[in-house]
Amino acid sequence: MQETISFTPQIAPSAITGILWLIPAVPMLAAGVIALLKQPKRKTASTLAIGSLGFSLVLALIAFAHVLSGWMNGQAVRETVNFTWIQVGFSHVDLGWVLDPLSAIMLVMVTFVGLLIFIYSTGYMAHDENYTRFFCFLSLFAGAMLGVVIANSILLLFMCWELVGLTSYLLIGFWYFKPSAAAAAKKAFLTTRIGDVFFLLGIVWLFGQTGTLLFYNGGSGSMELSALTGLLQQHAAFGLTAATAIGLLIFAGAAGKSGQFPLHVWLPDAMEGPTPVSALIHAATMVAAGVYLIARVYPLMQAGALAGGTTTSLTVVTWVGAFTAVFAALIAVAQNDIKRILAYSTVSQLGYMMAGLGMGGVAVGMFHLITHAFFKALLFMGAGSVIHGCHEEQDIRHMGGLKKYMPLTFATYGIGMLALCGVPIFFSGFWSKDGILEAGKHWSVSSAPYYMLVFGAVLTAFYMTRQVSYVFFGAYRGHAHPHESPKSMTTPLAILAFFAIALGAIGTPAWPWFSAFLGNRASALDLHAFAEPAWLMLLLTSCAIVAVGIGISWWLYGSKSPAATEPDVLERAVPPIWAALRDRLYMDELYGVTVIAFYSWWARVADWLDRRVFGGIVSLVAWLFALWAKLNRFLDTNVVDGTFDKSCEEISTGGGLLSSLQSGRAQTYLRILALAVVALAAILIWSSRA
Amino acid sequence: MTPLTGYLLVAALLFAIGLAGALTRRNAILVLIGIELMLNAANLNLIAFWRYSPHPEALTGMMFAIFSIAVAAAEAAVGLGLVISIHRHAHTTDLDQMNRMKG
Repeated sequence: MQETISFTPQIAPSAITGILWLIPAVPMLAAGVIALLKQPKRKTASTLAIGSLGFSLVLALIAFAHVLSGWMNGQAVRETVNFTWIQVGFSHVDLGWVLDPLSAIMLVMVTFVGLLIFIYSTGYMAHDENYTRFFCFLSLFAGAMLGVVIANSILLLFMCWELVGLTSYLLIGFWYFKPSAAAAAKKAFLTTRIGDVFFLLGIVWLFGQTGTLLFYNGGSGSMELSALTGLLQQHAAFGLTAATAIGLLIFAGAAGKSGQFPLHVWLPDAMEGPTPVSALIHAATMVAAGVYLIARVYPLMQAGALAGGTTTSLTVVTWVGAFTAVFAALIAVAQNDIKRILAYSTVSQLGYMMAGLGMGGVAVGMFHLITHAFFKALLFMGAGSVIHGCHEEQDIRHMGGLKKYMPLTFATYGIGMLALCGVPIFFSGFWSKDGILEAGKHWSVSSAPYYMLVFGAVLTAFYMTRQVSYVFFGAYRGHAHPHESPKSMTTPLAILAFFAIALGAIGTPAWPWFSAFLGNRASALDLHAFAEPAWLMLLLTSCAIVAVGIGISWWLYGSKSPAATEPDVLERAVPPIWAALRDRLYMDELYGVTVIAFYSWWARVADWLDRRVFGGIVSLVAWLFALWAKLNRFLDTNVVDGTFDKSCEEISTGGGLLSSLQSGRAQTYLRILALAVVALAAILIWSSRA
Repeated sequence: MTPLTGYLLVAALLFAIGLAGALTRRNAILVLIGIELMLNAANLNLIAFWRYSPHPEALTGMMFAIFSIAVAAAEAAVGLGLVISIHRHAHTTDLDQMNRMKG
């Protein structure tokens, strides 16, 4: 079916690879300049941020074109630029960047979606007093994320990864005067940090085993054959090879960033940040970083797999992903905050991506990442437009009937929602989700993930339809006067809506360009693939999933416009289950009574130790020194000073005596002289006589 | 010829008178005169011992006396200069009032 052209590897870096570092560096530089700007220079700040990211987008497109032209000429482009950062004796720390299909596609996606979000922010944040600070953080975030994408050194990747974590903390806590936002920022930072600790352990182990930090380095990188063979021969504990153990550690880091169970708790809370931040962090970039990381170290995750088989680490990735997909979708059903529904939906979709990576390979997971980035950014920005139009109202029970007031937002949001539900043929979400389901069907280990993902897809269609009917249909139940958002907000929505539809075309079974491009294979258009029974079955399944999900939801919620105080339809039907879902399956409470309780107990123990034991030791030492000082003072006053004072007194007395001789009377001197002469004469006389 | 003892007695008498004057007078000029008497007593001794020495033909004693007189003259000049200067400054020549050098 597919003709195979042998791709020749191309190693020597081209001009565009040489300046690839500019892509993350320019937004970071812009962030630095904006940080120095004065508060009122709003226009300059946003222009700088948008301009720098636009520059990065141009460079990213050039890089993409370079990779694409190589691919069309039958060349596997993987160009790296590596250099030594620190040299200590014979060991050295290397950094570098890589241009290959994976990073090229990510670069274009991140810069493009990021640019639209930046433009959208100029409208959304127009009235915020810390406008310049916002654009400073956004630029820094974009730069850090692009750094993650181009990194060829796992250390460089980790540094940018931590920068992403830092800026996400800053952005989530942007409205730090709200206690909930400050707490959410802290939670996001700490939760992702847990994953990062494991990630760092994985990095150290990988470095220790392979002796290199670089992924690709002309045969000696850690993702290349010789290093992987070495890793497979090392055995860690519990019968795992070093490759598996390191893979699992890195996955723990990815799970933290990508909000996989059980480290997903930060992501819904992170909705406290401004909506463009939610779109940037929770749709296109930060959460995608984890998925991208797994795709980047895929050779390691896959190492040791037999033909058609899988590895322990990929199995873990799949199970965690599939479980997260269903778990988060369930919670999303019972949420009433427009952004929180989208947040749980994101967690769920990230689960799909992980499962896709685990079962189907890099192309399957990455394709869903790309399409999801577009339509989820669209949904978040649409939600932002709704919130903006309803005067900061986020509860969907206080909306309704908005399609009348905000037609453009409604149209684009509808496209995003249909793409997320995976409505067949016309929407990109269908094609990418389809790829994951197909991979699940053929997975050799178990068919359970497939059914979990199908169930998750039904739930996705269900909760999105519920949200859309609450927000856009029925009668308006709020008290504000909803209005359409400004052009700077709706234009990016329209552009994203276009891509939410069009992107599906690059990953259909008939023309699997995306996977061919990532896998360095040739691709050809083959319309017969649509006629294959297996695919038709899948199409039928997808149709059924969407029909069931949307149908039930519409039947329950469509155009009903219940009053805001009225309980949900499902709440009346199954109150205990609803309550559990509404309270997010008690995950936060579970952490509260386990991890947090343990830590506060441990903190009390440490406090007691500090106060009683260490504090006691310190006071004892202090007391001993005080005693010693008192002794010294006694010696000083009574011995040293006494001696000194006494001798001074003596000298003074002697001086007094001598000074009384110096009477100043000439005749007194003369008298003494006379006496001396007499005495002298007497001595002379006596001595001559003797 | 008068024996040596006679000269020595005169010189001793002269010295004693000079010393008494120097010690008892309050006027600085009179004290200086007393000191001059004592110096001349010493000169008289020098001359007397020279004349009665085994070698009176050598002029050593004479030279001593002449030097001593020259020094005494210089000393008297300095002393009188000081007294005049003090008198100009303090309008007195009373030694008891000149006790600024008291330690």
